[in-house]
Amino acid sequence: MKPRQKRLAIAGGLLVSVAAIAALVMNAFQSNMVFFYSPTQVLANEAPANRTFRIGGLVQQGTVKRDGLVVNFVVTDTAKTVAVRYQGILPDLFQEGKGVVAQGQLRDDGIFVAREVLAKHDENYMPPEAAEALKRAQQTNHKIANTVAPGAAP
Amino acid sequence: MIAEMGQLALLLALGVALVQGSVPIVGAARNRAAWMSLARPAAQTQCLLVVLSFACLTASFVQNDFSVLYVAQNSNSALPLAYRVAAVWGGHEGSLLLWILMLSGWTVAVANFSRHLPAPFIARILGVMGWISVGFLLFTLITSNPFERLLPAAADGRDLNPLLQDPGMVIHPPMLYMGYVGFSVAFAFAIAALIGGNLDATWARWTRPWTTAAWCFLTIGIALGSWWAYYELGWGGWWFWDPVENSSFMPWLVGTALIHSLAVTEKRGAFKAWTVLLAIMAFSLSLLGTFLVRSGVLTSVHAFATDPRRGLFILALLVVAIGGSLALYAWRAPKVGVGSRFELVSRESMLLGNNVMLVVAMGTVLLGTLYPLVLDALGLGKISVGPPYFDNVFVPIMTPIIFLMGVAPLARWRETALPDLARRLRWAAGLTVIAALLTGWLAGRISPLATLGFGMAWWIVFSLATDLLERLRPAEGRSVGARVRMVPRAMVGMMVAHLGIATFAFGVSMVNTFGIERDLKMKPGDRTEMAGYVFTYRGVRDVQGPNYIAAQGLVEVTRDGRAVATMKPEKRVYRVQQNPMTEAAIDTGFTRDLYVSLGEAVEGGAWIVRVYFKPFVVWIWGGCVLMALGGALAASDRRYRGARREATTGAGMARATAGAS
Repeated sequence: MKPRQKRLAIAGGLLVSVAAIAALVMNAFQSNMVFFYSPTQVLANEAPANRTFRIGGLVQQGTVKRDGLVVNFVVTDTAKTVAVRYQGILPDLFQEGKGVVAQGQLRDDGIFVAREVLAKHDENYMPPEAAEALKRAQQTNHKIANTVAPGAAP
Repeated sequence: MIAEMGQLALLLALGVALVQGSVPIVGAARNRAAWMSLARPAAQTQCLLVVLSFACLTASFVQNDFSVLYVAQNSNSALPLAYRVAAVWGGHEGSLLLWILMLSGWTVAVANFSRHLPAPFIARILGVMGWISVGFLLFTLITSNPFERLLPAAADGRDLNPLLQDPGMVIHPPMLYMGYVGFSVAFAFAIAALIGGNLDATWARWTRPWTTAAWCFLTIGIALGSWWAYYELGWGGWWFWDPVENSSFMPWLVGTALIHSLAVTEKRGAFKAWTVLLAIMAFSLSLLGTFLVRSGVLTSVHAFATDPRRGLFILALLVVAIGGSLALYAWRAPKVGVGSRFELVSRESMLLGNNVMLVVAMGTVLLGTLYPLVLDALGLGKISVGPPYFDNVFVPIMTPIIFLMGVAPLARWRETALPDLARRLRWAAGLTVIAALLTGWLAGRISPLATLGFGMAWWIVFSLATDLLERLRPAEGRSVGARVRMVPRAMVGMMVAHLGIATFAFGVSMVNTFGIERDLKMKPGDRTEMAGYVFTYRGVRDVQGPNYIAAQGLVEVTRDGRAVATMKPEKRVYRVQQNPMTEAAIDTGFTRDLYVSLGEAVEGGAWIVRVYFKPFVVWIWGGCVLMALGGALAASDRRYRGARREATTGAGMARATAGAS
């Protein structure tokens, strides 16, 4: 091959492979991105149907019920709640009243079927998603309080 | 008193590091021998001071001095002595001190084992390492002082996180840091060469053993982390694409590219600018790894510390280190030259191809790790990118890398003929297809993905065998024994490391395709069967550990009526932190692991039990050990040692190159 052809071949080959890899990566990225929603958003129908997403918040006290392998519990952001169903073993640090993040899909009957449940990893640590959900809910509560009783707010 | 002594030593070390970073570099620029010769004693003094400081912190832990805040946070009087020592690097502050200790250790090693290097060069190297040390010492002293007092002292400590009370976790951070920090040597060599303008084959030969050594430590560190996750986190996975794992994997990918690129620079004088860029990238990614893990920005097991000040400081450090070195690179690299030319099909082009692919692989990991963080920081929503993304992306990227890995060692430098290569590799290719299909058939099922994985493993094995046979084929009247002795140690190292990749690929394919996982509700006497093994659950009893209480299950495993193992998985509650923790029971074998862990108690004395069958899972870490072993062999090759053989190695190298082609 002449040097010019060689350069062309190298440049062409590089271009094609970079384009192929970029397409591959972008496609994989698009289809595997998992968005996060708080219970308030889920109840406002902001979460997508038939697509995996994450919810986070606190495990509501007294709601964890185990039936054999299946566990039902309620995730709350202190404003709204979502019922979650999960089959399998929960992480060690899953506890009532503590932060939790669940990944799965929302069924038509409003039950969130989790395929994965993540809990905090030590006693001082709250999953950022769960913290975010609580923060958002507090802000909403605050706004509601303001609109309902404008005189009471400072 | 001891804590104050440690802090004083750290302050003094900062002073010495400032001297080490400035005087020798200025001396090298002005050609003052006395100034340059200050580098070595400064490095040694700094190391001594850091060791003293580290010893002080260790002493505080051993003596249970809970008036030191860091000790009170990470230790407890009931903690066994070995873990009290390991707790020194159980938290953020101490692990930074460990980082600095490693850095000063590497610096002294460079100072002592590089006496044959030209004075200005070694002065610049030690100077650059001095500046890195200044950055980290400042960081420690300003934002994360491990010697801070807690007054009044705590009655007892808050204990080490139970997850970290484990032998694997004791050595995982030091190994990982040895790797991270080891890349600072390659970085310092690269920066020194950019400043001095002496980027050539000799430079590459000096850099190679250091880089390979760092890569070995990193490999072992990552493998230990993976192994720990497998047996300690209680759900049997060996890699989660967790951001923390990713941040150690990225420097590894670039480091792998770097050691290969250095080989080309040494043998052929090519890829010089690229090699320097890789050295800068490898170290930058090590810094980024430290930043990601230690600033608390991640949803992950490792995000123990949350302090925005620290994040900002590391970010500034990153900007200065990466930005500065890249600016220097942009300024000086055009003068470096491209090196000798090579043809489209040659060993150089194949190594370059793999280099680029490894960097692309790193880029995809970087995207998956940082993109969610960036979105979050910009307030554009919270997303996460799970394992499926990485799995989907990695298989197509790794396939050509592994294919070229088999071909490149047989290709000639500068130019090679494709038909000739194809002819020499036809047996290997044929055997690969047969062996891959046969392996799947023997394992019970031929699945496309597993066959591809087995194919990769066998391809490496058979192409290595072809390479070895060609080298050992008797010629010129020499016996096979003589030919064996003629294979350089570095070459043997390469073969062992590549065999490690094959072992790893084989293990991964086996576990992913033929592993069985089952969650069950079991009452005493219940049994389950998988892959010919019968697991019988016998019940749970309470046991006492040194600093925990546990429910201990008993599971008997039989095969064809014969007892195979008695497994005792535990659910522990550590007394101080009151956190429950799963301790899986694992029966390890050469061709399979049996894995049992306890979930939770349900009604009627039954428990939720997790039972796994993991074929060839130890091969994953065995492969990593082989890689590191190969690296160690290559790094200890005779020709890297000393300047005495400088002239002769040049000739010997020419011969080796001729022999290799």
